[in-house]
Amino acid sequence: MKILVAVKRVIDYNVQIRVKEDGSGVNTDNVKMSTNPPDDNAIEEAVKLKETGKVKEIVAVTIGEEKAQETVRKALAVGADRGIHVKSESYVEPLGVAKILKKIVEKEKPDLVFLGKQAIDDDCNQTGQMLAALLSWPQGTFASKIELKDKVIEVTREVDEGLETIEINLPAIITCDLRLNEPRFASLPNIMKAKKKLIEQLSAKDFDIDIENRIQLIKVEEPPKRKGGIKVSSVAELVGKLKNEAKVI
Amino acid sequence: MSILLISEHDNSNLKVFTLNAITAASKIDQEINVLVAGNKCESVAKEVAAIPLVKKVLYCDSPNYENYLAENLTPLIIKLSEPYTHIIASANTFGKNFMPRVAALLDVSQISDVIKINSSEEFLRPIYAGNAFATIKSNDKKKCITIRPTSFDPAPASGGSAPVEKIDVVDVPNISKFIKREETKSERPELGTARIVISGGRGMQSGENFKLINSIADKLNAAVGASRAAVDAGYIGNDHQVGQTGKVVVPDLYIAVGISGAIQHLAGMKESKVIVAINKDGEAPIFSIADYGLEADLFEALPEFLDELNKLNTIQK
Repeated sequence: MKILVAVKRVIDYNVQIRVKEDGSGVNTDNVKMSTNPPDDNAIEEAVKLKETGKVKEIVAVTIGEEKAQETVRKALAVGADRGIHVKSESYVEPLGVAKILKKIVEKEKPDLVFLGKQAIDDDCNQTGQMLAALLSWPQGTFASKIELKDKVIEVTREVDEGLETIEINLPAIITCDLRLNEPRFASLPNIMKAKKKLIEQLSAKDFDIDIENRIQLIKVEEPPKRKGGIKVSSVAELVGKLKNEAKVI
Repeated sequence: MSILLISEHDNSNLKVFTLNAITAASKIDQEINVLVAGNKCESVAKEVAAIPLVKKVLYCDSPNYENYLAENLTPLIIKLSEPYTHIIASANTFGKNFMPRVAALLDVSQISDVIKINSSEEFLRPIYAGNAFATIKSNDKKKCITIRPTSFDPAPASGGSAPVEKIDVVDVPNISKFIKREETKSERPELGTARIVISGGRGMQSGENFKLINSIADKLNAAVGASRAAVDAGYIGNDHQVGQTGKVVVPDLYIAVGISGAIQHLAGMKESKVIVAINKDGEAPIFSIADYGLEADLFEALPEFLDELNKLNTIQK
């Protein structure tokens, strides 16, 4: 069995982002970048399945600028076998990403594709579902537990009401929640080994598909700031303020 | 212009977030048709028909739609989509699951998590966990949109009498199967719509200690929330999580207890009208957005809080 894992390079989740003064976007110069957090869960889950012997090969793929390769290299250090980097200097919308991934899937023929459920930069939460639709595959979104069976996979999904379990046919798309597992750190020897693993270089232009963006960014601005509050010195004062000043209880 | 709005329900009752999505839709155009797809859900179709803003109900009844599996629901929406300019659903785990599937098959870029409608093609949406707002314009002919429900008031639910049109079932691909849903039943209000929310974080130290939060929640008729740290630590179920990857809440009063205020958590609650933070670390980032901050040990403050509430003659419900 073969798993394709899609990873994305984003601003590190601990960085307080800064909106550019001209409103054209968010400042990414000299900002720490990392793998999108739930994409780490996607890689981890694939590696765990490989360790059980059920999976023979893991291929990590990313789409993005030159440095996006770092996310693939990290996936290789954690346990992916080889990588694919589809180079694109400009932002590709989830629909375009899904179209590129479809081409990769048609070539690689994986049994499963794992992705993070949402990227923490554009917060779209679309790519996995779109890829599933384009391939006519079933999807297990927001997965917090998976169990690979013969020809099907059971997926426990985090939904608003609690947890939902579905069973979907293979091949399938899984989008991973942060609670799916605890991503491991790559060991130094594995980081060294990963440097020798192959990353195939492709360009978004190589695919004969329409990935032109449909959504025009008009402006990016800071959200309205909350005005500073006060510190209260006791619980009694707090309850008094809530009752008589804020009038919310 | 005309709108196809996908309703969310449990086959007997409409879920309230559909009403919020209807309000958002009405800011685009008044021609709102609502799809009610489910199993033995005629009562829901009637409920939707009574919403004054709804012009027509499209009612499709089949066991295929009982658990709104995305693989089954999508072909139906695609078939119905032809005459509509906008397809809308709530940006919760219901809408997030199937809408991108619909958008991809229609070859349009979805607009996720809209918090403001500027025009029929221009929208405001949060990015980077709400640390930036993006104004975007969609150039697609047909627009697939998910609405952040808490950013819009619910539409009035009664007084209307829209016609109900029966829709034929569409073939389903038979590639997915529903097994079970584990819902946490609670007497308390729902997190997404509660007037007051009290949340606990890692500072609670155990699931057992959440009883301190629960007793205050009962007193205030509040919903109980939690930070991701508390959910990950197993103190409380995932359906309580507030934040970037959990629920977004906008209550009148949000009380954060033992929550430091990571960006991911703030994304889910910082639009609340009044925010209270109780934390023993005076430098915790949560204080920077709190209207009222109390620097105290929560294990002393919470019992005292309950005592003070008990002293009050009246408490708003």
